[in-house]
Amino acid sequence: MKTFKIGGVHPAENKLSAAEPIKVAELPKVAVFPVSQHIGAPAKPVVQKGDKVKVGQVIAEAGGFVSAPIHSSVSGTVLKVDTVIDASGYKKPAIYITVEGDEWEPTIDRSTDLVTLADRPELTPKDIINKVQVAGIVGMGGACFPCHVKLSPPPGSKPEWVIINAVECEPYLTADHRLMLEHADEILVGVTLLMKAVSVNKAFIGIENNKPDAISLMTEKAKAYPGIEVVPLKVKYPQGGEKQLIDAVVGRQVPAPPALPVSVGAILQNVGTAFAIYEAVMKNKPLFERVVTVTGKSLAHPTNFLARMGTPMSQLIDACGGLPADTGKIIGGGPMMGKALLNTEVPICKGSSGVLIMNDKESKRGEVENCIRCGKCVGACPMGLEPYLLSALSERHDWEACEKEDIPSCIECGSCRPLLDLIRMGKSTVMGIIRQRNAK
Amino acid sequence: MANKLTISLSPHVHGGDSVKKNMYGVCLALLPALLCSFYFFGLGAIAVTAVSVASCVFFEWVIGKYLLHLGRPTVTDGSAILTGLLLAFNLPANIPLWIVVIGALFAIGVVKMTFGGLGCNLFNPALAGRAFLLISFPVQMTTWPTPGLPFLTIADTAVDGQTGATPLAVMKLIAKGDATMNDLGDSITDMLLGNTGGCIGEVCALALIIGLIYMLAKRIITWHIPVSILLTVFVFAGLMHLANPSTYVAPQYHLLSGGLLLGAIFMATDYVTSPMTAKGQIIYGVAIGLLTVVIRTWGAYPEGMSFAILIMNAFTPLINNYCKPKRFGERPAVVKEGGKK
Repeated sequence: MKTFKIGGVHPAENKLSAAEPIKVAELPKVAVFPVSQHIGAPAKPVVQKGDKVKVGQVIAEAGGFVSAPIHSSVSGTVLKVDTVIDASGYKKPAIYITVEGDEWEPTIDRSTDLVTLADRPELTPKDIINKVQVAGIVGMGGACFPCHVKLSPPPGSKPEWVIINAVECEPYLTADHRLMLEHADEILVGVTLLMKAVSVNKAFIGIENNKPDAISLMTEKAKAYPGIEVVPLKVKYPQGGEKQLIDAVVGRQVPAPPALPVSVGAILQNVGTAFAIYEAVMKNKPLFERVVTVTGKSLAHPTNFLARMGTPMSQLIDACGGLPADTGKIIGGGPMMGKALLNTEVPICKGSSGVLIMNDKESKRGEVENCIRCGKCVGACPMGLEPYLLSALSERHDWEACEKEDIPSCIECGSCRPLLDLIRMGKSTVMGIIRQRNAK
Repeated sequence: MANKLTISLSPHVHGGDSVKKNMYGVCLALLPALLCSFYFFGLGAIAVTAVSVASCVFFEWVIGKYLLHLGRPTVTDGSAILTGLLLAFNLPANIPLWIVVIGALFAIGVVKMTFGGLGCNLFNPALAGRAFLLISFPVQMTTWPTPGLPFLTIADTAVDGQTGATPLAVMKLIAKGDATMNDLGDSITDMLLGNTGGCIGEVCALALIIGLIYMLAKRIITWHIPVSILLTVFVFAGLMHLANPSTYVAPQYHLLSGGLLLGAIFMATDYVTSPMTAKGQIIYGVAIGLLTVVIRTWGAYPEGMSFAILIMNAFTPLINNYCKPKRFGERPAVVKEGGKK
């Protein structure tokens, strides 16, 4: 079975909610929309206090090409334009909307009928990319890179394949898994749209073999869509890293940064993004809701929700049986790369794949021990780096040596576990130095 | 609730690996060989092992607390216990106990703590301790009791220590032409089981191999170092044996005699003093194998394993510097077309 070639680890999977069907979350009382839910320029609010909005209406427009508009997920009145602490832990400008009823923009097709590319032969690549851009779609695996930018590769590059990331290698998270089981056809149509948008005729869907039901269902359904191939992958973290996934699926390695995946011919999208693209292009529905896994060992009922953006996490946690008394840490995303949240009022955003509640015991960090040079970090690093060395060099503030040892290649996957703290600091400092040097 | 949430950076889960777990894992892997030595060498082996472990732990604690002023005690991490066990394994069962204490002081005090303690030492402490004792007390270090003494008796060197001729010593005499193959009294079976002269922990090959299998299964070590050492010794000694069977013993004698297995499995694989990458570990293992056979055949000492490992310890930083792991994305096939002119 295929997998990526360098390093990798196998953290305990803990997919507690894998058998839980996607449940539609209740509407919030007040929805909160940070204007910066993506990589790139923040969106600019276009509503004011007191404005009436409908579901799917633009409330903030894109702040540039590398940016994405934000749509209201609820109908109601704009309460205020203020700030909120989002998943990054920083205060960000945000639009607050008081929910009144559930009135959708009439242009959105709310039927569940499947629309395929055969029904819409007039769609051109440009149409698709435009639709993706105005629908505010960003990479939904967590990186939140505006999708239309990825679909507009730099001149001279030649895409050969679309690769769909359905790996979901983070422990605990099951949102993509459930989406595949419940919306396989919509995802596959989304993939055909992606293929058309970048003019390729081959797509691979990479799924780890801890989801055999998703692999068999997608393989069966994919027979109806020429050019789409499901690739079962051996379970290994971080297979969902874009470089690792390209290596696993087509056996090519993206060169060191700043090279893009398209330099080896690959256009990568998350499986949730493919679904969002289907809805945007075929149903005229902007990105304002997504599947979120709310999970944790102490949580009464781990659940996969279809939640509107802006829903505070506390509401979803309550719907799972409430915050356990022994809660020690709340993580936005998975346990390997997710961020610890400051409070439960953080709203669900475009990149929120999960909310993980860890109990007191799990959230304690072990004491720092002397490095005994066992070499296990070197074997685990999927980028072929030497974490023990980078960590020691970062601690010594030897930035020059850090750069020589390729610290910018670190993908911060956490396979080297406790060493990442210092390496992350070294990486961000070195990246700053490189930016400064290039600016001169 | 909200005011006592932990805020820390990812990753938020840990594999549960720790210094302690690895150290005690190795100690556990040494258990079969330890029990065998008690069986073959009786109370002497128990006394030497106990004194060695106790003095190593004591020196680690004293130096850590009163000389280095370490904030937290390091005696519980298991590394001093392991050094004590390995040092004892490299000593004859009838060695005077005060010599053991000196060996422990050198191993922990000079070789380990001087460099900053756990993880900072350049040389394997137990082996350096053994080498120090071998040079300082050559007679006591090379007089071994006959195995198979009644249990719970301490061997008296004057009475029982006549077995000056271990298989290794005989091998050397054969190479010099002072003995013939017929003098190799011990059979391969005796050497496998440990029914032969030698240091406490090195005689029972089978018990050491059980330890190796345990450590590989528990992923405490990888196969690279032990296998490359054993294979190199087998091939190198085998070639010499083929070239001149009357002078050079068969390779299986090399593999099963002296500290070769103990060294290959437990000494050369010491995390701190061995290279980090698989490639580096194989270079290190092959070099140790070659050096061992060279010292055994042509050197002054009958046993070359410990010196071979110590020599290669010194090369470890150099090997680490030259044997980098293969970085992701460097394959020339993926260089952008037209990128290089």
